[in-house]
Amino acid sequence: MKEKRPIRMLIGKPGLDGHDRGVKVLAIGLRDEGFEVIYPGLRQTPEDIVRIAIQDDVDVIGLSSLTGAHNFYFPRVAELVSENGMDDVLIIGGGIIPNDDIPRLKEQGIKAIFRPGARIRDIADFVRNNVRRSE
Amino acid sequence: MIWNKRVLAEIRKARKTWERTTLKGSLQRAPEREIFSELPKKRLYTPEDLSHSDYPRDVGFPGEYPYLRGVHPTMYRSRLWGMAEYSGFGMPEDTNKRWKFLLQQGQTGVSVACDLPTQLGYDPDNPLAESEIGVVGVSCPSLREVELMFDGIAMDRVSIRGSINHPHIVLWAMYVAVAERQGVSPEKIGGNVHWDCLNEYLGRGAYIFPPEGALRLALDFMEYGLKHIPKLSYQVNAYTVRESGATLVQEGAYALAASIAYIDAALERGIDVDEFVPRLSLNMAIHMNLFEEAAKFRALRRLWARIMKERFGAKKEASLQFRFGPGTGGSTFTAQEPENNIVRGTVESLAAILGGAGYLHTASYDEALAIPTERAVTIALKTQLILAYESGVTEVVDPLGGSYYVEALTDEIEKRVVGYLQEIEKRGNIFEAIKSGWFQTEIAHAAYQKQKEIEEEKRVIVGVNRFLTGETLEYAIHKADPNVAREMKRRIKLLREERNNGSVQKSLSELEAAAEGTQNLVPFVMQAVKTYATIGEICGVLRKVFGEYTGPTF
Repeated sequence: MKEKRPIRMLIGKPGLDGHDRGVKVLAIGLRDEGFEVIYPGLRQTPEDIVRIAIQDDVDVIGLSSLTGAHNFYFPRVAELVSENGMDDVLIIGGGIIPNDDIPRLKEQGIKAIFRPGARIRDIADFVRNNVRRSE
Repeated sequence: MIWNKRVLAEIRKARKTWERTTLKGSLQRAPEREIFSELPKKRLYTPEDLSHSDYPRDVGFPGEYPYLRGVHPTMYRSRLWGMAEYSGFGMPEDTNKRWKFLLQQGQTGVSVACDLPTQLGYDPDNPLAESEIGVVGVSCPSLREVELMFDGIAMDRVSIRGSINHPHIVLWAMYVAVAERQGVSPEKIGGNVHWDCLNEYLGRGAYIFPPEGALRLALDFMEYGLKHIPKLSYQVNAYTVRESGATLVQEGAYALAASIAYIDAALERGIDVDEFVPRLSLNMAIHMNLFEEAAKFRALRRLWARIMKERFGAKKEASLQFRFGPGTGGSTFTAQEPENNIVRGTVESLAAILGGAGYLHTASYDEALAIPTERAVTIALKTQLILAYESGVTEVVDPLGGSYYVEALTDEIEKRVVGYLQEIEKRGNIFEAIKSGWFQTEIAHAAYQKQKEIEEEKRVIVGVNRFLTGETLEYAIHKADPNVAREMKRRIKLLREERNNGSVQKSLSELEAAAEGTQNLVPFVMQAVKTYATIGEICGVLRKVFGEYTGPTF
């Protein structure tokens, strides 16, 4: 049987938010979990994020926002992903996100929202169980 | 040495006996748990742990070299530390109203929290600013907004602080312009400049320019300030470095390494060490390990004094004194069960006071979530007041001094900070350590280590990984007000129509020419802000000349 390649995940920080301690920790942690992780750094536009996702043929996009701009950026990324026919790409999000915002984000294509206290292992497990990559 | 050889030998003998008898029996009945902390800990400290220390040389008296016990001879018995809180939001008029309220309440300074577009040099009509206008602070793209913010506030009566870093030169040029209009001359303006351009590459991420350009602006402003705005102090910010995941030792080493690099750069410009160093102030973090944090400040005071004297030949007392204004660690505050953070704020504030802070910012308990509510800010300030007036910790200078444990810990921290400083200097200096991405990677790995310890429950965070009460994580965040964005866009459009665009363009091209050369840029920026050139336009010119920084791939 052919060995599957590792799950490839892009971590994106859309907008001007500079809080990236969490995403760096997550990047290292997911690498320890066997993922390939791409973190292109701060201040990416949704267009940048989707362009990199296409270029690097990722299986998962993880979005982070701690300044309250998630309702603007997360759906925009999901929209672009769908416009580009990347329906097999799993999108998840995390950060300081109020409960009330979660149902709408999920409707808009963000499959899970991880909030303060989420463990790296749980994020890895969720991705493994939900990733839908084509072989 | 405090203890002579004979006494030490007796103590040693008694300790051995205690270990063989009392302790051994106890350990059999009640084994010890594993102790988990950044610095290694012994079970018990005794005079033996201080046997290497020479009191007059290594410890001494407060207000005297090497200042281990404090920079003032009487510390809080004469004067308490300064207490201040952070504020600024929405429209300039809102900030103005809030400041007037706080000043009536007895606060003596204003703290200008700018929104992210302003901090990054984008005007409200820039598409990148969309959704961030007025969110984490006030939108302040031009002199007009600064005029509104300081309307009715005498610029010589308040001390100004702020969070804007790479373009601080622009904001300060605006403050000076408003002061001039109030008839206040620049030498009467006081404040603390958020000046440490390097920390943005490590924490916070609010960088614009590559290190060379950012440093040029910082040095230009400082050089100008020393001559014309002499009451300003310049902040080196190790706080954000710690908050990004650095260890206590890395934080201490950064504070020193960055200061050393800035002093070297100032010396290269021909600025005298005793002219510049007294104007430096250190922003440090305080985390939860009470004695480690207090000892860190004591260790840094001695290290600073020795470095300034021995390495730079500083002579002025003020150059030798490590003056710091720490803040409680926002990253130690939890989103879960946020009221618990009031207790964390108390412990950390206590550590700062035991460590001899000159100024203290206690974070609000809702810090992990958003810009604090008024009630949370009040509790944070009251925390400091209760410590100051009720706890008795201010009654004695350096109350931890002489504790076998704290003195040994102070020495240990000093040794480790020096070791890490050498690691940084092996890479050249802090600039090189950041440019190569080495230091960022070090910090990210320290942050990961911490996270792993939390997930493995080695590091206990009450209400996070242990002792959960099952509360659901519920919070509201400060949302962008679409009216603020709309109004700021309307104003900037109006501004661009009303001002004399000929003189704007002229001032911007003069700035560009100067930036390409080596002249001090402050007069050019001042000229530009007075024509109502915006922060986006001014930073646009500087971006063109200096380039833009993109972080190392991670």
